[in-house]
This record gives sequence, C-alpha cells and structure tokens, in this order.
Amino acid sequence: MNLLLVGLNQKTASLELREKLAGLIPDLPAAYLRLKEFPEFAEIILYSTCNRVELLCLAEDATAALERLRAFFSGAPDVSPEALSASLYQHQGAEAVRHLFRVAASLDSMVLGEPQILGQIKEAYRQATEQEATGPVLNRLLHKSFTVAKRVRTETGIGDHAVSVSYVAVGLARKVFGELAGLTVLLLGAGEMAELALEHLRTQGVGRLIVANRTLERGLRLAERYQGEAVSLEELEEQLGGADILISSTGSETYLLRRDQVRAAMRRRKQRPLFLIDIAVPRDLDPAINELDNVYLYNIDDLQEVAEQGWQKRRQEVARAERLVAEETVKFQEWLLTLEVYPTIIGLKEKAAAICQAELKKTLNQLGPISEEQRQSLEVLLNSVSQKLLHDPIIFLKRNHHRKNPHLELDLARRLFNLDQDRQTEESEEEES
Amino acid sequence: MTDYFLYFTLACYFGATVLWLAYFLAQRDSLYCWGAWTLAAGLVFHTLALLQRTWAYGYLPVASFGGALLLFGWVLVSAFLLFNWRYPIRVLGALVAPLAALIIYGALVSARGQETISPMLRGVWLLAHIGLTMGGIAALTLNFLGGIFYLIQERQLKAKRFGFFFRRLPSLSQLDTLNYWCLSIGFPLLTGGIVTGSIYAQHTLGRFWSWDPKEVLTLLAWLIYAVLMHERLTVGWRGRRAAWLAILGFLVLLVTFVGANLWVSGYHSFAQFGKP
Repeated sequence: MNLLLVGLNQKTASLELREKLAGLIPDLPAAYLRLKEFPEFAEIILYSTCNRVELLCLAEDATAALERLRAFFSGAPDVSPEALSASLYQHQGAEAVRHLFRVAASLDSMVLGEPQILGQIKEAYRQATEQEATGPVLNRLLHKSFTVAKRVRTETGIGDHAVSVSYVAVGLARKVFGELAGLTVLLLGAGEMAELALEHLRTQGVGRLIVANRTLERGLRLAERYQGEAVSLEELEEQLGGADILISSTGSETYLLRRDQVRAAMRRRKQRPLFLIDIAVPRDLDPAINELDNVYLYNIDDLQEVAEQGWQKRRQEVARAERLVAEETVKFQEWLLTLEVYPTIIGLKEKAAAICQAELKKTLNQLGPISEEQRQSLEVLLNSVSQKLLHDPIIFLKRNHHRKNPHLELDLARRLFNLDQDRQTEESEEEES
Repeated sequence: MTDYFLYFTLACYFGATVLWLAYFLAQRDSLYCWGAWTLAAGLVFHTLALLQRTWAYGYLPVASFGGALLLFGWVLVSAFLLFNWRYPIRVLGALVAPLAALIIYGALVSARGQETISPMLRGVWLLAHIGLTMGGIAALTLNFLGGIFYLIQERQLKAKRFGFFFRRLPSLSQLDTLNYWCLSIGFPLLTGGIVTGSIYAQHTLGRFWSWDPKEVLTLLAWLIYAVLMHERLTVGWRGRRAAWLAILGFLVLLVTFVGANLWVSGYHSFAQFGKP
C-alpha cells in the first residue's frame, strides 16, 4: 500500500487555476462519489483552502493511482493540461505524510503559523468520513496530523507573535489593559485598517463604540453597523474623557490632538490609561503625546515594526517545528510498517490452520470411530503445537528489527513459509529454464 | 537547638525559586503549580520551625535580627500565598520565592543574638505591634516587587521595544491593581503597627514617641505611603509615579529594618533589646 498526495498551492499555481480546481469541491458528495468509483483508491481525502487544493489517497498501485489523480484534476472545467501538469506536485510515502503534517501545522501556509488551516482540514476530514471515503490508515494519519499541529502550536512559538498590524494593536492593548471587556473604543475617521482593528477588538469583547467623523453621515453609517454612537469631530476632546482606546485614521493634514489637550483629558480621566493608535498618514496625533504618563501612543510605523519582528520570530521557530514534523513522520511510518506485517501474520495463521485441518481429517479417517472427547483432544493438540511454533516468528515480525529495509524480513518470512504460491511456481519455473 | 525544620524550609524555598524561575522562562502552567506547592510546603516547615522555637523559648523569639527575619519571611510567604490565591499574578513568585530563600538564609547565618528579652517587652500589645508591622511590611514588599515589574513593563510599552520580559509579564493594569491592593492593605497595617507601638510605649516607658532612629525612619516611610495613598484616591495617581513612590517607600523601610540595626542604636535595635 502506498500513500500518495497530489495537489497545488499558492506557490505552484495561479489563483485562477486554484479557483477552477476548488470548483470541484463545492459539490463534495459528487466528487467523492466519482473518486470512490475508481478501484485504484483504497482510501481517499480531498481538501481545499483558499491557497491549496490537495488529494491524499492510499492505493495499491502507485502509478495507476497517480494517473487517476491527475485525470481527476484535469476533469475540472476549463483547465488546460499543460498549466495543470506544470503546477501539480506529488508526494509519496513518508513525503506525503510529512507534507500533510506541514500543511496542518501551517508551515506551508502563506501566513506562517496561521491557525485557520487546521480547522479547514478538520472540516474536510469530517466530510470525508461522512462520505465514508477514509479507512484505518487515513483516519489515523489525519488524527495524527491534528495532534502534530497542536504540538507545533504549543511547543514552538510559531503562532505566538502577532504579524498583522491590527493583531499587533490588539496585543498591545491587552498588555496595557489586561482584559478588554467593557472598554470604550473611539474611532476617529474610518478606514479599512481602522475597521479591521475594530473587528479584532470586538472579538476581544470591547464594550462601547464611539465614531467621530468629519462627515457625520458616514460616521453614523459606521456606528450603526457596529451598534455604536456617532459624534462630530468637534466633540473629540470631550469624548476623550470616556474612551479607553482611540484609533485614528483621518485624512487630516494637521494634528487633531496635541499633547496639552490629552494632558487635560488625562486629568479629567483621573489618569486612567489611554491607548492611542494613529494609523493615519500624515499623522493625526502629536507624537509628543506619548511622553505623558499612562498614555501609550503607537503610529503605523511602530505597529508595522512590531509586526515585522513577529515575522522574524515566527521564522526562527520554523526549524523547531520542522524537526517535530520529521519526528512524527518517522513515527507514523513505523506504524504503517507494523500494519504491513499483519497480512503476513494472518497468512501464517491461516496456513497453519489449514494444515491442521487437513492432517486432522487424514488421521481421523485412519483411526476409525473415536469418541467426541478424543477428537477434541486431538484438535487441541494440533492447535497448541501450531500456535507455539508460530509464536516466535510472529513476535519477530512485529518487532521489525530491520529498520532500514523493513521489507527484507517480511519477504524472507513469506518465502520461508511459502505464503505466496504464485511466486513459488514462478521461481521454480525460472530454475528449470 | 537544631534547626532541621529551617533547613527543610530553605530547601523548599530554594526549590520553589528554581521552579518559579523556570516558569518565568518557559511559561508552563505545570511549573507554576509545582512552584506554588513547593512554596506552600516550605511554609509548613517554616511554621514548624517557628513553633519549635517558640516551644523552646516559651515565647516567640524575635529579639535578634535573625529571629525577626525568620518571622518576617513567614509573614511574607503567607501574605504572598494568600494573595496569589485570591488575585494570581503568577510571575510575582519569581521574585518572592528567591527573596524568601534569601531571608531564611540570612536568618540562618546571622549571628544568633541574645534571645532573652526583658519581661517588659512581652505582652499582647507588643505582639500586636510586631504582628501588624510585619504584616504591613510584607504587603508593602509585594507592592515594591509589583512596582519593579510595572516599571519594566511600562518602559517597554513606552519605548516600543519589546524584549525578554514583555511576553512574560502581565498587563500594566493587572500590575497596577496589585500595587493598589497591596498598598491599601499594607498601609493600614503599618499604621496600626505604629499606633499599637506607641500606645505600648506610653504604657511602659511613659511616652508615646521617643525619636528613636527606627521610629523616625518608619514615620518617614509612613509619610511617603500616606502621600501615595492620598494621591491615588484623590487625583488618581497610578502607574509609573505610584510605582516609583512605592519603591522609595520600601527602600526607607528596608533601611529601617536592616540599616537602623547596624548603624545606629536605639531601644528598637535588635542588639539592644535586652536593655531598653
């Protein structure tokens, strides 16, 4: 049995191509129905995220299965075979395992260490099991990939450092305020990045939202969307008394807030901490504000620098994560090998049972009539002799001493006990000729 | 008298120090748990050691510097564990545990002064005086340690340079709340300690206040804390200034507790306890 993986991701294929292939996915039951029709696949799972489409399968005949996988992909509408073959990658055996682990642990993602990918793979796995497309090997492999992803997350710092400006802002706010629940956010002007930061803050449970905008109408719209209240820019100083976090992103040419204004506001606030985020260019807030006690001012450059540091730290963690993935891949391969031993063990047991039965029959014929009790004793005798004889070979096979070439022992055992009748005849024919 | 219990205590506090520093570095919950329990085990031995001494002398021996240190260490660890249970700021243990170990070590090596104290210096009022003062100082020590953490964290947020400590220390608001709590517990206790002390002095020496160096220095520390408390309540002083003032107040207390015994002598000095 071979593990095979074929797919494409953002590094190998254009967005257009990925979209077309992802088009295979929405109708998952139909896709699985088609895939299961192919006799080459013993087990199969299909998963796609915004950056990748991949198929992972277990197959007896690797070449035939690979052909099938490629054919399945080119079955998507409007896909040129050249573009497809140029962007598809394929992995076999340990490489396929390693690839899945890396994907699940978000080592292969565009945003290194992002947590969403694991959820997407879990969802894909759920659907595959619903379609009964997976079996013992893929079940174990997928579950293993979840634990590997979890280990990477907890044992390395790959997901620890914020890498986007809005996450950085939220992280800093948490270091100032601790819990963000119940805090008031004052939005000064509206922009994409300000809204993004606001979204993140809301997931952290901030309470009230006040929007101050030059055009009250736009402010009202935004306030409505987030169940906040809108005020005019003239009320800014007054509103500063009640706000805890201020996000500023207006197109103003001059500073909207100066040090003295904030200092006065701080006195009114009884020095409760104030966190100011200035993502406007040119800046809205006087940099001297940061000199005030209990006031923390960050502009876009500050935030971007922290995000860049976050990237560096994540990249530093990659080596540790890769080591973990490699370790788990080896472990999984070992498990797969023990799995390969089972058919041989079953073969051995079946052969022994068959011999016992045949010999018993012969002996019974020769003995003539005997009592049922005597017959049973004979059976027990035969069984225990065969079991004891097979005990050591089975233990030997399960232990798998030959790590580098595990098939060697298996092969020897099969030949020793002549478990593959066809091969025996082939070999004897060769000898004769 | 052998000090087996004290050696066990020292071993536990030392172990807790190692665990807690490891927690500080690795931020694993299990290390924190082990650290807290090891410290608690140390406190049990510490209690046994104090009981053993009390049994041997017939009263709580705090007349020598070592004896006082021993009692103070006990109050500090108890206060910390109590505090940690109600309002956990986990990393604080990384400072408290080594401090506790240091205190026990100091108590063990400091020359055993004469533990006999005049009958005049025994009694309920004196016990209240010592208990309240020690409790106050313990809370204010935690305030001091929290202040150090606050200043480190505040420095990083202001300078926008995030180093080793940034991730490991809690938020400014948590640290400031810790400082406020410790102050609002420690200050009344210290006040109580001073009041009971002077009542007792009036009772025995016939005067409330003797201008003993220890008394003067304590008064100075008390004034610093009073200012801090007042400013916090009225104009909402907090954060950096509050942390600096807490550190200043503690340094004065430190001079009072350690320095006053070594450099100047008054009837509060440990060496002078026998002859008021």
